[in-house]
Amino acid sequence: MTLSHDVQAIAYLISATLFVLSLKGLTHPSTARRGNTLGMAGMAIAIIATLLGAEVQSYGFILAGLVAGGLIGAVLAARVQMTAMPQLVAALHSFVGMAAVLVAIGTFLNRQAEGTLNAVLMGELSAGIVIGAITFTGSVIAFGKLQGLISGAPVRFAGQHALNAVIAIVTIGFAVHFAMTGSELSLIVMTLLAFLLGLTLIIPIGGADMPVIVSMLNSYSGWAAAATGFTLHNNLLIIVGALVGFSGAILSYIMCKAMNRSIINVIFGGFGSESGGGEDSAGAAAAEKGVKSASVEDAVYWMEDANRVIIVPGYGMAVAQAQHALKEMMELLEARDVEVKFAVHPVAGRMPGHMNVLLAEADIPYDHVLEMDEINPEFASTDVVLVVGANDVVNPAARTDQSSPIYGMPILDAGKAKNIYFLKRSMKPGYSGVDNLLFYQDNCSLVFGDAKDTIEGMVTSLKGGGH
Amino acid sequence: MAETLLSLYVFVLSCFIGYFVIWGVTPALHTPLVALTNAISGIVIVGALLVTGFQEVGTTAEIMGFFAVMLASINVFGGFLVTNRMLSMFKKKKK
Repeated sequence: MTLSHDVQAIAYLISATLFVLSLKGLTHPSTARRGNTLGMAGMAIAIIATLLGAEVQSYGFILAGLVAGGLIGAVLAARVQMTAMPQLVAALHSFVGMAAVLVAIGTFLNRQAEGTLNAVLMGELSAGIVIGAITFTGSVIAFGKLQGLISGAPVRFAGQHALNAVIAIVTIGFAVHFAMTGSELSLIVMTLLAFLLGLTLIIPIGGADMPVIVSMLNSYSGWAAAATGFTLHNNLLIIVGALVGFSGAILSYIMCKAMNRSIINVIFGGFGSESGGGEDSAGAAAAEKGVKSASVEDAVYWMEDANRVIIVPGYGMAVAQAQHALKEMMELLEARDVEVKFAVHPVAGRMPGHMNVLLAEADIPYDHVLEMDEINPEFASTDVVLVVGANDVVNPAARTDQSSPIYGMPILDAGKAKNIYFLKRSMKPGYSGVDNLLFYQDNCSLVFGDAKDTIEGMVTSLKGGGH
Repeated sequence: MAETLLSLYVFVLSCFIGYFVIWGVTPALHTPLVALTNAISGIVIVGALLVTGFQEVGTTAEIMGFFAVMLASINVFGGFLVTNRMLSMFKKKKK
């Protein structure tokens, strides 16, 4: 059976519609799974319609690729830890990028053999290769940083931006030459330079900006798919590429806004490196004076008599794997008629929405987990705030200290609560390298130790029947 | 050229759809959103299938196509399955 072009086009249209509905499903957790299922249906239709089309003549290699990739994908999806989601996502982005490069070069070779190359096609091929290659190496670097294989610190050197600009211009030069002449040498040089560009673009960006980078590469992978669609004149790829591209772009925008930084600033300015000594020394001087520490029992004493407890989780919670202990604590407190809520800042964690997934993994109901704008008005009437592995997102310096690198960043109003217990491993500052002014407030006490051990200590104490 | 122009129309209009649909996604589901878009950007598999199936026997392009199909399938299968795994964890409070 071979599908005609028109039938295939209709199948692609149905598939594209399903993808739009699929994304629409993520409007609410209750419709999200249906959304995912619609997405699978869309993909299945697209693949089957393509396989049955007249263009596909041989199936051996296709079948082998599908089976191998499907198995690898299924194993990865089943095995990955929720804390490692950012790494998985970065790896998957790199695969899309590489696939786009391979498809573009493969298309070039096929069309060359057929003798149907032209300048417009080769221009489109160049776009696919360049975007795909940047996505690939950029994502590999992001993966390395997230996995801890490469230092998360921003790598900076003099003339970095000039170097990137030169590589970009030369890459475009070779792309134009390739499009005009079809020179294979230009194709190869262009491809290699684009791979290099992905590396030099992402390596300077610091660990604190990972949520933005993950979103940005998500966007790139979409544009890579769209560019592939242009080369193949395949509307399905163009539609899906644009959807994904915009999704990543909007997430990048949301993340930047949550840090009060522009995307330009993220790309060109490493964050969390060595900031000027000025504000640090001021903070250090204050540190000598007024930091209070508290024991697990102190915190439990206040929590069990509280009306409301708000927990502010951060990446430290993920590192310590404290979410399950938190869930147990939540239940014990709720059994004592204490209202427990979780406050999630948009950039908490290493990717957008990372905390929500980790809390969901621990079986914490999603209606207990609130976004910054929803929860901020409630802090003032809250008895106890427990900060678990977060830091910069509750730092009042973002409001008050104009010289602070995080000045202007919207924060969670944890400082307005009656009592704040700040779980902390040591006195080290947060990701941004900025001292937290919250520590010096009278209502704030630090509870030192591993987050998971501390929470488990609280659970034991609560189980012990209280005071 | 007309075909490229038509593609451009589709592209620009799709960008608008993307813009409006994505703003509707709840922030709580941003990680599943990234994973789901990962899966659906595996749509490059369509391109990979076309490259691989273009001719009968083992050309260089076919080998490249094979790897492209494999990488894109990792995205498709891995992306949808992991999204499903995550979404199944989002539950309301049990009464």
